[in-house]
Amino acid sequence: MSDSGDRTGADGAILRAAGVSKAFGGLVAVDDVTFSIPPRSIVSIIGPNGAGKTTFFNMLTGLYKPTRGQVVFDGKDITGRRPDIITSLGVARTFQNIRLFETMSAIENVLVGQHSRMKATIFGSILRTPRVRREEREVRERARETLAYAGLSEPALEEMAANLSYGDQRRVEIARALASDPTLLLLDEPTAGMNPQESARLTAFMEQLRDERGITILLIEHDMRVVMGVSERITVLDHGEKIAEGPPEDVRKEPRVVEAYLGKQD
Amino acid sequence: MSAIDPLRDRRETLAGLARSRQASRAFTGLVIFGAIVLPFFYPSGSGFIDDSTTALAYVVMALGLNIVVGFAGLLDLGYVAFFAIGAFTTGWFASAFYADANGGAGIHLFVTGPAAELPGIHMNFLLVLVAAVVLTAVAGALIGLPTLRLRGDYIAIVTLAFGEIVGRVAINGDEIKLAQDYPLTRGRQGITPVDKIDLPFVDQFTSLNLRPWYWTALGLALLTLFVNFRLRDSRLGRAWIAVREDEVAAASMGVPLVRTKLLAYATGAAFGGMSGAFLGSYLNTVNADQFEFSFSIFILAMIILGGLGSIWGVVVGAIALSFINNRLIPDVFNTWPAKVGLDFDLTELSFGIFGFLLVIMMVLRPAGLLPERRRRLELAEGVGAGEEDLYEARA
Repeated sequence: MSDSGDRTGADGAILRAAGVSKAFGGLVAVDDVTFSIPPRSIVSIIGPNGAGKTTFFNMLTGLYKPTRGQVVFDGKDITGRRPDIITSLGVARTFQNIRLFETMSAIENVLVGQHSRMKATIFGSILRTPRVRREEREVRERARETLAYAGLSEPALEEMAANLSYGDQRRVEIARALASDPTLLLLDEPTAGMNPQESARLTAFMEQLRDERGITILLIEHDMRVVMGVSERITVLDHGEKIAEGPPEDVRKEPRVVEAYLGKQD
Repeated sequence: MSAIDPLRDRRETLAGLARSRQASRAFTGLVIFGAIVLPFFYPSGSGFIDDSTTALAYVVMALGLNIVVGFAGLLDLGYVAFFAIGAFTTGWFASAFYADANGGAGIHLFVTGPAAELPGIHMNFLLVLVAAVVLTAVAGALIGLPTLRLRGDYIAIVTLAFGEIVGRVAINGDEIKLAQDYPLTRGRQGITPVDKIDLPFVDQFTSLNLRPWYWTALGLALLTLFVNFRLRDSRLGRAWIAVREDEVAAASMGVPLVRTKLLAYATGAAFGGMSGAFLGSYLNTVNADQFEFSFSIFILAMIILGGLGSIWGVVVGAIALSFINNRLIPDVFNTWPAKVGLDFDLTELSFGIFGFLLVIMMVLRPAGLLPERRRRLELAEGVGAGEEDLYEARA
């Protein structure tokens, strides 16, 4: 793996994807994408609808097995590993259309997020040993803190997720992802359906996560104001291929990107 | 969408929480106390205690199935298999069935009374219980394995098949010989008699003195209840509900799907085995006719009637259906057809009556008699309805 650093062109990257492809039958959704994320950075993947962004995300988090290629996170090969293992290694995510456990309360959702950090066994839980008791108290306390950190108000904590407002659901989802104590956080269109003020607040929150907690963030985003404002680097996918990569100001001017978004001029 | 005001709802839950916790503790204590003293109001050999004992054994099974179906959301139509395996454990290890064991002298482990003199394998009921729990837990995990890649209806089909396989094996097991003289079952003739339970410090268990049986069943039911409550509010219990709600999200949050589901199957099955081991001894026979598909449906109907996922609801559902089946239909309502000039046995219509009850329930209280708060929401507001699934299930 010594040469993969050269291939991705970024040494000390927290995550490296090398030549990753995914085909569904004959349809190639992601085609030979090589990509890396420097630690403690915020990078974005953009691209038109159907460009393969979410498919790429699903490969990084283990929901899809790449057809070809390799994904290395924090020095460990996670290609095709189970999602729960990848999560326990330190990758957490949110979903494009919020996927909370709707009949669980906000707190319970975040408690599930801490699953991989807990140790209670089935017998320990039945006997409710002092250790299990203590762990249960700690994770509940942590869940409250995380939800407060994500900006959920106190009365909403015990509310069932389905009853929360859209903005609060987004907050709970991010808190749930943070609960697994990730080093890399993947956000799939987190500002979808938000008004400009809410988007701005979320952007600030992302920067806060990076600066205060040292979390690296990979973002899929359609809102160009958010993308251009927060990203240190942007990768552009179109038809499953990487067509451009670089800092926001360069990507913005790239003719192929303009073409992908606006269509070709004759 | 609905007239429910979420704010008011929440205020009620918050205010109700502190009050309800104490109230429910007191209520629970009262119910348990009532259940303990109940047999003193009836003659010890009475039909009522008999029916109550059976009902409590069914409560154990229903609570077990509730872990699989109610908590983890895995529809299991073959639960009778665990009743069978549990009952056979008693048949094998607590009867004269293997008369040739140990050269005809028999094997005796911590047994007293008449069983200690008989040939065959005779183990103390507590040992049988442990063996039944272990065997059924393993069987539960085994049946879980092929369903891991499946969802919803397909899981139901596989579990149904598993129940049928175990039932068939029970019927034809007299032809299956482990060594030359050790058949697996005695088919439809049944293994009988089976040792009576033999516990220290408790009265003789006989068919005329039913109180000790009742208290044993009550003890098993309370143990099951205890484990259910403890697990529901634990790391594993939350994982079960998360898997039921959204497998993809659960896996992405670090919940190992395979382990979580197998633990649900194994735990649920263990209670089926526990109850089966008890019933094997209580009914004094282990025969293949007891293990039919309809029994799986019978237990499933209990938890649907009571409220899927709701522990107290399941208890109520199990007791209600059990009494309807064993008392109301054969003893109370059975004279009704004759009164209107019809000549048939109402017990032949039991399942028709259960079906009718379920239909009524689905119309009037679709979430069950004592609905779980989650289900109530789900059914009232369509929360948690199917979503597109992108997860490629891998074992």
